[in-house]
Amino acid sequence: MNQYILEMRNITKKFPGVLALNNVSFEVLPQNIHALVGENGAGKSTLMNILSGVYPYGTYEGDIVINGEVCKFRDIKESEAKGIAIIHQELALIPTLSIAENVFLGNEQIGKFGVIDWHKTRMRSIEMLHKVGLRENIDTRVSEIGMGKQQLVEIIKALAKDVKILILDEPTAALNDEDSKHLLDLLIDLKEHGITSIIISHKLNEVTKVADVITILRDGAVIESMIKEKDDITEDRIIKGMVGREIKDRFPKRSHKIGEVRLEVENWNVYSTKDITKRVVKDVSIYAKRGEVVGLSGLMGSGRTEFAMSLFGKSYGSKFSGTLKKDGQELVLNHESDAIKNGIAYATEDRKSAGLILIDDIRRNIPLASLDKISKRSVINENLEIKIGEEYRQKLRIRSSSILQKTGQLSGGNQQKVVFSKWIFADPDILLLDEPTRGIDVGAKYEIYSIINQLAEKGKTILLISSELPEILGMCDRIYVMNEGRIVGELSAAEADQEAVMQLIMNSAKEVLV
Amino acid sequence: MKYEKSGLIGGLGIQGDRVATLLRGNLRQYVMIIALAVVIILFQILTNGILLRPLNISNLIAQNGYILILATGMLLCILTGGNIDLSVGSVAGFIGAISAVFILNMDMPVYVAILISLLIGVLIGCWHGFWIAYVGVPAFIATLAGMLLFRGLTLVILQGTSLAPLPAEYNFLAAGFVTDIANIPGINLLAILFGLLASVLFVWGELNARASKRKYKFDVIPKGMFIAKILFIILVINAFTYALALHRGIPMVLVIVTALVLIYTFVTTKTIPGRHIYAYGGNPKAAKLSGVKTKKVLFWVYVNMGFLAALAGIIFTGRLNSATPKSGTGFELDAIAACFIGGASTTGGVGTIVGAIVGGLLMGVLNNGMSIVGVSIDWQQAIKGFVLLAAVAFDVYSNSKSKSI
Repeated sequence: MNQYILEMRNITKKFPGVLALNNVSFEVLPQNIHALVGENGAGKSTLMNILSGVYPYGTYEGDIVINGEVCKFRDIKESEAKGIAIIHQELALIPTLSIAENVFLGNEQIGKFGVIDWHKTRMRSIEMLHKVGLRENIDTRVSEIGMGKQQLVEIIKALAKDVKILILDEPTAALNDEDSKHLLDLLIDLKEHGITSIIISHKLNEVTKVADVITILRDGAVIESMIKEKDDITEDRIIKGMVGREIKDRFPKRSHKIGEVRLEVENWNVYSTKDITKRVVKDVSIYAKRGEVVGLSGLMGSGRTEFAMSLFGKSYGSKFSGTLKKDGQELVLNHESDAIKNGIAYATEDRKSAGLILIDDIRRNIPLASLDKISKRSVINENLEIKIGEEYRQKLRIRSSSILQKTGQLSGGNQQKVVFSKWIFADPDILLLDEPTRGIDVGAKYEIYSIINQLAEKGKTILLISSELPEILGMCDRIYVMNEGRIVGELSAAEADQEAVMQLIMNSAKEVLV
Repeated sequence: MKYEKSGLIGGLGIQGDRVATLLRGNLRQYVMIIALAVVIILFQILTNGILLRPLNISNLIAQNGYILILATGMLLCILTGGNIDLSVGSVAGFIGAISAVFILNMDMPVYVAILISLLIGVLIGCWHGFWIAYVGVPAFIATLAGMLLFRGLTLVILQGTSLAPLPAEYNFLAAGFVTDIANIPGINLLAILFGLLASVLFVWGELNARASKRKYKFDVIPKGMFIAKILFIILVINAFTYALALHRGIPMVLVIVTALVLIYTFVTTKTIPGRHIYAYGGNPKAAKLSGVKTKKVLFWVYVNMGFLAALAGIIFTGRLNSATPKSGTGFELDAIAACFIGGASTTGGVGTIVGAIVGGLLMGVLNNGMSIVGVSIDWQQAIKGFVLLAAVAFDVYSNSKSKSI
């Protein structure tokens, strides 16, 4: 008898010019949480796309065996019929529809004469919301609930289809710690109820906590599978497996050469774009020196992104007050182009939808913020453009077929390197980096950190926004903690640790209540 | 193993692969050019050679010049995110009418009247651009309003009647020919020289592009194919100008359209404003965060459209030799269709001037050929609809295929 609920045998998948998966075998035990880890481009998503029928039978070699039965999925519908559901990083919810409507989208509860039975839809929705512990009205629009809850709605949607194997691609990438914990607890709970999960994640601490088995993929091949309580699972061992070498320090060292104060922001206030009576940044005063990496820590929604964007030529906000000084000179920046001209750059947290022109190639994305530099009287020097593209591709090691590759086809880490290339080429003095390593694997993270260090060593001033505390602690010389739009504390690298930061956030929350 | 036996075939096989990947990138453009060639050959046969007679070639240009001008402007609108301008037909009609009023009712000198009319076109463009870029009215709505508004104003100005005839100077842009440099009976020397000059410039440009591609080690098409392509295009250019030489030489409209194509191709591909238009269409948020003044881009695209609509209006009025209340009706749809047939994307950021021109010519040749063969105007309309659908469906299909590979 076959003990596995799922086996993928000798899967090989080729794309033009690339061997994405090379003879991969992958087995999953029933009622397990199976983590799939690996660097971007290692083949995790490809493997899951084969399993869920995104790549139909015939486009790959090898067999998918579910409960001992060989399956040949022609599309996603067929894999769903076998109880497989995949939840992608980009959620597939319709923001303008209600929770209940989304849960049963494509799986409508039909009554008489093929008409939707709303009573049944609502009853079942309420029941399922209760089951996963989502306290929301089922008639609430999905656009009105947070990312964490949206993720839960996706899971409910899968459960409503009677799922046996739930695949989650980076489920916690966009969630804060609390929501992540809730989600992971839910997976453990689902396991008790007989549902098998396959989770793709870069967050190794989460993986080691919840997974029963961890499979490491590298360059399209399985490196090893580790079983909890049988193997000695450590984050270091996983990292080593993923990158093929040992990363001693997750955060590279840099030589400190901190200079004069460069950036000064005083009493900065920003009002929301959606609601002009709502202040999202409140009396923020900070400074940053040359060659300094200043961290901006805080929970999601604490106003960090809004603050950084408002500094970048009022890119966010409806009403502003306060002063912004660079090298002692006050600046009034009314447009992003003013900010760039004055040596301020902002690399967005949302690479895909706001960082790159995905339908355009690497070559044309890099100089976009500083076309003046490669043109004379507005005419672009295309040879120079190619040269620069090639130079940055090599310098930042952007893995791509050539600079003519569209940025939409690159992995997250490489996309981020293109964004960095764009801003390094623009040669600003101050870089506002918003979640620069979100959704990026360990190896690429290290490279991004090294780039940040090089920039700091050159005397650039860097404001690093990150939700990952270890990153803030590992990279920054000084840390501001933000909560509810206010700066609630400032810590030097020496005195900062996870607890100190969380303490500041928690204390400030109390003050608001009192 | 197979390749080792015959080096020649092996070499060709590998080259074939390379050419295939090169072609795949520009598939749409090649297919449209091939489609145009097929349609030309088809109608050349169906019309017993009338289609490519010198006189008819001259006619083809005069008949389609204004649509090509509109398509040039429309492409820029479409590039900014699939925005279309529905008002151009009405604006062209309005400008034709107002210029006729200037000349015939107000006795303005022709050149002054044309200049002021073009300026009014620019102002109309500013009007649309203001609502679309700065107020945020969707382009579809703002220009739909413009379509109704300027059609209405045309009727008001002309009081429901036509104004005709217009002076010869006015009609020169639409129906005139460039004066020949020599006086040789039966043949126009300027047209021949024009063809030769164009060939030289073309070869020079192609060689330059190839050299710089090689320099940066990008793939280029094999030498044999390259030479064949150049020879073929030289042949087409010179056959075309020779035909013109046999008739009355180079039509003014051709000069205008050629100049516009060259200028706009240059602007869209080689300059910062052009790059900003593509970037904005590709991803408005990313463009804005890279310092592109997105509102300004959108505004100027519509100002430009207003100017070109005015130019098209003057040319069309000159061709009819009268300003009529109905003139310009439906032009917007032809221009939009030309762009989409020519490979522009409905979501923006993708498309070329040359593509739009090829799309426009394809429809023009279809119209002209069908007219000669005797297909009724009703059927022509229906067939054009089918061509548009087929072209875009092909695009969608080939895109989805290249993605799934």
